[in-house]
Amino acid sequence: MISVKNISKKFGKLQVLKEFNLEFELGNSYALMGPNGSGKTTLIKTILGMVIPDSGDITVASQSIKGDVTYRKQIGYMPQIGHYPSNMKIGQLFSMMKDMRPEIKTYDLDLMEAFGLEEMKEKALGTLSGGTRQKVSAALAFLFNPEILILDEPTAGLDPIAVELFKAKIKKEREKGKLILITSHILSDLEELTNRAVYIYEGEVFFSDTIEELKEITGESKFSPAIARLMEWTLKKKSTNPQLSHV
Amino acid sequence: MFKLLKYALYDILKSRFAIIYTVFLALVAISIYQVSDDLSKVSLSLMNIMILFIPLISAVFATTHFYNNLEFIELMLAQPVKRIHVISSQLLAVIIMLSLSLILGFGLPMILWGADSSLLTLLAVGVILSTVFTGFAFWASVLSRDKAKAIGLSLALWIYFSLVYDGLVLYIIYSFADYPLEKTTLALVMLNPVDLGRILMLMQLDISALMGYTGAFFQQFFSSGSGVSVAIGSLALWILIPTISTARVFNKRDF
Repeated sequence: MISVKNISKKFGKLQVLKEFNLEFELGNSYALMGPNGSGKTTLIKTILGMVIPDSGDITVASQSIKGDVTYRKQIGYMPQIGHYPSNMKIGQLFSMMKDMRPEIKTYDLDLMEAFGLEEMKEKALGTLSGGTRQKVSAALAFLFNPEILILDEPTAGLDPIAVELFKAKIKKEREKGKLILITSHILSDLEELTNRAVYIYEGEVFFSDTIEELKEITGESKFSPAIARLMEWTLKKKSTNPQLSHV
Repeated sequence: MFKLLKYALYDILKSRFAIIYTVFLALVAISIYQVSDDLSKVSLSLMNIMILFIPLISAVFATTHFYNNLEFIELMLAQPVKRIHVISSQLLAVIIMLSLSLILGFGLPMILWGADSSLLTLLAVGVILSTVFTGFAFWASVLSRDKAKAIGLSLALWIYFSLVYDGLVLYIIYSFADYPLEKTTLALVMLNPVDLGRILMLMQLDISALMGYTGAFFQQFFSSGSGVSVAIGSLALWILIPTISTARVFNKRDF
């Protein structure tokens, strides 16, 4: 569904993505992991067209995203930190977003109801707490029932009840056969919600395969120690483990 | 595009700044109308105030507006809308707001106490200057990631075109006073939108006779059809260059 081909991106002197290649397929749920600053958010923003790569190409549903904007109709994006116009009200934001995609008539209001956003319609977005803002972002990402869901640190800042509601919703969408991409540092969430692991290190794919394969390769029976082992390996000289690259 | 413009306009016209700016301009116009009954004196005084303040206010307001709306812009970029539509709707919304304030603020006193062709030229020049400096301000904003730097750049452009440039022109005229300079000054005027606006205004008034031989040359040039089209053409360029550069930079910018 999404294929990232030879993407390179530099911010000033810092090479964030190096000849990056990755495939995301419909029906799978991907855990995107890596240390801070490894290029996870840049990868996501490149897929969305918010960051423009120096070289390489990305195709969504086998169409190049260069010069195209309609592909974004298939994507629901939940940003790491939601920035919204501060004097706009929650209700206005939702009606504006609906107005932006007039051809979609049926809305997925599950999360809006679960988070009780309907009752907060008149609140200005600038006055919201970090958690409520996350709830708004989450509800917006699911609103149009997109084929692809990209969730950047979705559970950070949410209270435990909201996290459980949100996870149940993600599982429900996963069963419908959607492509879900999650970045997070909370490994238990990732183990629960995804079936494939992608580990990015210094702008390159270090590991990309199923979670079972990850456990087998690292010799660990649990998810968290397996990831910890992977991180240890990245810290050692990477070239000593060339057989690890499952890309 | 129209939807984006609708939301941008709704946001900007609702803001307190639009009202304060209109009231400020209306107060200026009313007080000047009270001082003098002679319409040409009114338009000359209004011009002097306008030429100085309109570019300044446009530059500062447009830069702050861009940075205040960065969140909205980022939100829109993840939606199925073209980048060019996002930036042009923001730009147009600011230009429409500044022009509306000017037309209302200066226009209402004109309806009450009368106007002549020079006052209508004044409004047109005001709208053009607002557009040019909004373009400059947006260009400065998309080039830099820092609000303070962008405001600094916009202000530098304003100081250059409103103050420094005239000093340079005077220096050139005095240094080469022995040579015929009409055509050179004319060319120098075309290179500054503020001066061009001022000259277009002055040509409407009788005082161009006070400017000696150059004034007569200007009068002749700007009363001919080709002269007016050259002036309009260069003003159009002054509008197009910053706006097109803004769009080009914005299309490549990372968020």
